[in-house]
Amino acid sequence: MRDVAVVSFAQAPNLRADRERNEVEIVMPVVREALDSVGLEQSDIGFTVSGSCDYLTGVPFSFVMALDAVGAWPPIEESHVEMDGAWALYEAWVRLQHGDIDTALIYSFGKTSLTDLDKVMSCQLDPYTLMPLWPGGISLAGLQASAMLAAGTVSEADMAAVASHSREAAQGNPAIPEAEGPADVDELLSRPRVAHPLREHDIAPSTDGAAAIVLVAGDRAAEVCDKPAWISGIDHRVDTHAPGNRDLTTCPSARMAGERAGAGRGGIEVAEVYAPFSHQQLLLASELGLGDGVDINPSGGALAGHTFMVAGLARIGEAARRIHDGTASRVLGHATAGPCLQQNLVCVMEAGR
Amino acid sequence: MSRKAETDENKGILTAPYVLEYSYTRSTGPVLGRFLSGLRDKKIEGIRAADGRVLVPPVETDPVTGEELDEFVQVGEVGTVTACSWLAEPRAEHPLDKPFAWALVQLDGADTGLLHAVDCGSAEKIEVGSRVEVSWRDERHGFITDIECFRLVGD
Repeated sequence: MRDVAVVSFAQAPNLRADRERNEVEIVMPVVREALDSVGLEQSDIGFTVSGSCDYLTGVPFSFVMALDAVGAWPPIEESHVEMDGAWALYEAWVRLQHGDIDTALIYSFGKTSLTDLDKVMSCQLDPYTLMPLWPGGISLAGLQASAMLAAGTVSEADMAAVASHSREAAQGNPAIPEAEGPADVDELLSRPRVAHPLREHDIAPSTDGAAAIVLVAGDRAAEVCDKPAWISGIDHRVDTHAPGNRDLTTCPSARMAGERAGAGRGGIEVAEVYAPFSHQQLLLASELGLGDGVDINPSGGALAGHTFMVAGLARIGEAARRIHDGTASRVLGHATAGPCLQQNLVCVMEAGR
Repeated sequence: MSRKAETDENKGILTAPYVLEYSYTRSTGPVLGRFLSGLRDKKIEGIRAADGRVLVPPVETDPVTGEELDEFVQVGEVGTVTACSWLAEPRAEHPLDKPFAWALVQLDGADTGLLHAVDCGSAEKIEVGSRVEVSWRDERHGFITDIECFRLVGD
């Protein structure tokens, strides 16, 4: 395998409703910042790939318009996934393995304030037995939480502790300027349930935003970045589609992706996992083997501000940032898609090649 | 779909209705088609997976091995709740127009959960382990919504 590193990461502030800007205007400064920080221009990029969801705007091929943010003339080699940007990063990593180019730009965006995200989540489901009922993402996550609570694999206090930590951590993250204020576990547990068994703090607020990452392969990575975050393992796996056909108290696809990406080899110092619901962070920590010594979601995570299609790419970027700033030497970024953690991607990065 | 702009009476903001849908007509195939036709006749059929489990709703291929499945198994109309979540504010498109519980129901004879609504009055009345039974619609057309909802056994 060819050595590939994350050399830069930028993200827009995660805002409940970015009313002033359209998608291109949100993406453009983020891409500019990601390129500027490593001294590259769009003309230096060998492959550009984006991740977004046409259902948010309700317009087919809406992602094509976002290309204005990078400029597609003269023609560029470009691709798109109708998924979180983490899967666009995976495609870029595979593309760089071909060996003929050294650089890739990945960006993703989500303007969820244009629509009703919970309704869009129903549109992802089996169109015969699930979607006609319109269960939505929050209720499906509530089912998973109830199964985990009944099985005793989590408690409501455990879930509140995840939310409390997320709020505390997000206070120090300028990318989540509208994070809810800090609250301790007892205070959170005293609040009403909004989707029994879930309380408001168990559910990530939907936000608008964008993120960009630059990947560089081989020796060139060290030329543009002092401390490249070398990808030592990356893998993604998927569980069966129907939530009712799975044991929702486990997540085999996350476990398998983690094992294949090398999460189990130990030494992970910082992990950024994409958990838009509090109980999912606990399940992921268990399936990825993240023990007590691992700093999980020091950014505040998706639970503090959840930009659909961006949160996974941002988890990889936030984890890589800990290598870029020299505070960690082995980190993990995780992304998820589908109902109840159906699909999972794990990217392990290290300071050394 | 109406393109006529409407004025928000409170804020003077222009709004317009927007319908998000793909109006495809689909063929449901030999497995789901049989399941959905069965609902029309008040019959619920699952399919036996490679490991012996009965999957409801049925799927064409085994979720673990990928092999084709073809052994249909009829299951009961009564089952056990394996997961539940309360919905306080139903939308127009939801199965019931009053607050209800979403549940995964493991029907007697099945090994997996069927997602549906349970009309049980309040969140406190349902829990993992509750027994529920199908409430059929009078007019059935071969859709998952031929099951109007589930109700607690004895309610």
